[in-house]
Amino acid sequence: MRPSLQRHRSVLDFALSSLLRRKGRNLALTAVYTLVVFVLASLVFFVQALKHEAGELLEHAPDMVVQRMVAGRHDPMPASQVDAIREIRGVEEAEARLWGYYYDPVYGGNLTVMASPDPTLLPGSARIGRGVARNMRVAEGDMVPLRGYDGLPLLFTIQQVLAEESELVASDLVLLTPADVRTLFHLPEGLATDLAVKAGNPRELATIAAKIVEKFPDARPILKAEMLRTYEAAFDWRGGLMVVVLSSAILSFIIFAWDKATGLSAEERKEIGILKSIGWESGDVLLLKFWEGAVVSLAAFLGGVLLAYGHVFFFSATLFEHALKGWSVLFPRFRLIPALDAYQLTVLFFLTVLPYTAATLVPCWRAAMADPDSAMRS
Amino acid sequence: MIELAQVVKTYSAGLATPYTAVAGVTLDIPGGQLTVLKGPSGSGKTTLLSLIGCMARPTSGRIHLRGLPPGLLPQGADADPLEITSLPERFLTTIRRRTFGFIFQQFNLVRGISVLENVMLPTYPTGEDRETVEARAVTRLEALGMARHLKAPVDRLSGGEAQRVAIARALINDPPVIIADEPTAHLDSRLSAEFMELMGQFKGAGRTLLIASHDPIVHDSPLADLVIVMRDGQVVTAP
Repeated sequence: MRPSLQRHRSVLDFALSSLLRRKGRNLALTAVYTLVVFVLASLVFFVQALKHEAGELLEHAPDMVVQRMVAGRHDPMPASQVDAIREIRGVEEAEARLWGYYYDPVYGGNLTVMASPDPTLLPGSARIGRGVARNMRVAEGDMVPLRGYDGLPLLFTIQQVLAEESELVASDLVLLTPADVRTLFHLPEGLATDLAVKAGNPRELATIAAKIVEKFPDARPILKAEMLRTYEAAFDWRGGLMVVVLSSAILSFIIFAWDKATGLSAEERKEIGILKSIGWESGDVLLLKFWEGAVVSLAAFLGGVLLAYGHVFFFSATLFEHALKGWSVLFPRFRLIPALDAYQLTVLFFLTVLPYTAATLVPCWRAAMADPDSAMRS
Repeated sequence: MIELAQVVKTYSAGLATPYTAVAGVTLDIPGGQLTVLKGPSGSGKTTLLSLIGCMARPTSGRIHLRGLPPGLLPQGADADPLEITSLPERFLTTIRRRTFGFIFQQFNLVRGISVLENVMLPTYPTGEDRETVEARAVTRLEALGMARHLKAPVDRLSGGEAQRVAIARALINDPPVIIADEPTAHLDSRLSAEFMELMGQFKGAGRTLLIASHDPIVHDSPLADLVIVMRDGQVVTAP
């Protein structure tokens, strides 16, 4: 082995044995450090995976959704507008949609009720998301009462509980026939909630949107890109909120780590003196301390990241469920597809490993620079 | 071999309470002999050993090393005599590592690691092959009767055993000069006599020995070629 490599190997070996000699202190430090990396990495993984998933799902979303706004209030669209928009050049397909939010006072959840064009869905039947089934404790074949606009209950037979794969977006979904949706929300024929538009050429979307607004000043076109941005902003906002909540814990760790890393005990100071007196240079002592810091921070980083990976992608971020997933009481249960961003991992690495390693070197620098004689006497 | 000219060491120089531990010492320490620095506590013996062993720099004065084998000296600092007080730290460390072996009063072993590791410790930064170093360390420890303690943590050793480990460590780089500071302070008479016997062997092997002690077993030993008496940082009697 080359002498320079052998030097690193020997110093690293000694650094490991030094860490083991102060087992209690270093294990406590590594454990807290790992926890902080775990929390931060979980957030990063979770938000990243959600954004990735939302992006994938929106791939199949309509290019544009057109709503009708009456002085800032959302209003159903008349069928005449739907037909007129379909006539605009560049519009390949325009489909009137029927849907609405429904608050269930019994179970305290907000449901998204939509009309399904699927002819196999029978009148008086419903297809429901897994969250709804869990919340209401119902299964296929059971009956679900929904309170109509007039306060009278409407009974629906559950024809199907939707597949698990769709849970991220369909957890709170209730699919009914168009006629049942109209009855439930008291939406007369000839009106739709909004309009899904598909453009032949996605580059023309902005022009089509401008034409719609020109033709119908009360129309509000929402592009797919805007929906994606909104999702990203929502997930970023939730992630940011968690960081703010956790900032006090992170700050406590920084103070704890700084104190542990920067405080050289009398024994450590004496040890540095001994090493220097037996022929170690200041650079050798700093290399030793660098390896000690690097081993602790790298172990914590790897441990934290692996735990976070398991937590987010195998256990669906159970610990952050209430803060990061869904709204109300209908938390979707799903397994995210791993989506890692090398840039974010690198940032996390530099924000956690480097400061700690540097913090361990600062106090040793002074002790290592002193004469071995004074280092031993101090 | 080691020449000191008007060497002064003042601690906390420039502060409110400066303390001069060595006050203008001029000495000539011959090679291949056993020199004893004798004197009460606070007389400056330990500080003088630190200065000679390149562990501290004098506040003023000069220290020269003469007649060292060229292979021991760092490249760029191979004059003879070599004035060591103005050398940069890198050179001083190399000289300290190759030229001097230290035996400290408190033995200064690193606690929590084994006897063998303690002895090998000075070689770690040199990048020397581990197996070669280990074989050499085992030989040194066997010669000192410590073969059965190789893997034992140093914390469990008796005073005499700890000192043998410190001696083996001092010898690991095969230095021509051995410096010992109050080596018998924590030993009983029998172990002190054994220590002097070992020093006799080293002297016989041609090493230069420099011992600071106020123990009569050391300074009255027939092995001592030169006894220098110190008091208040100054040499009181010298040849």
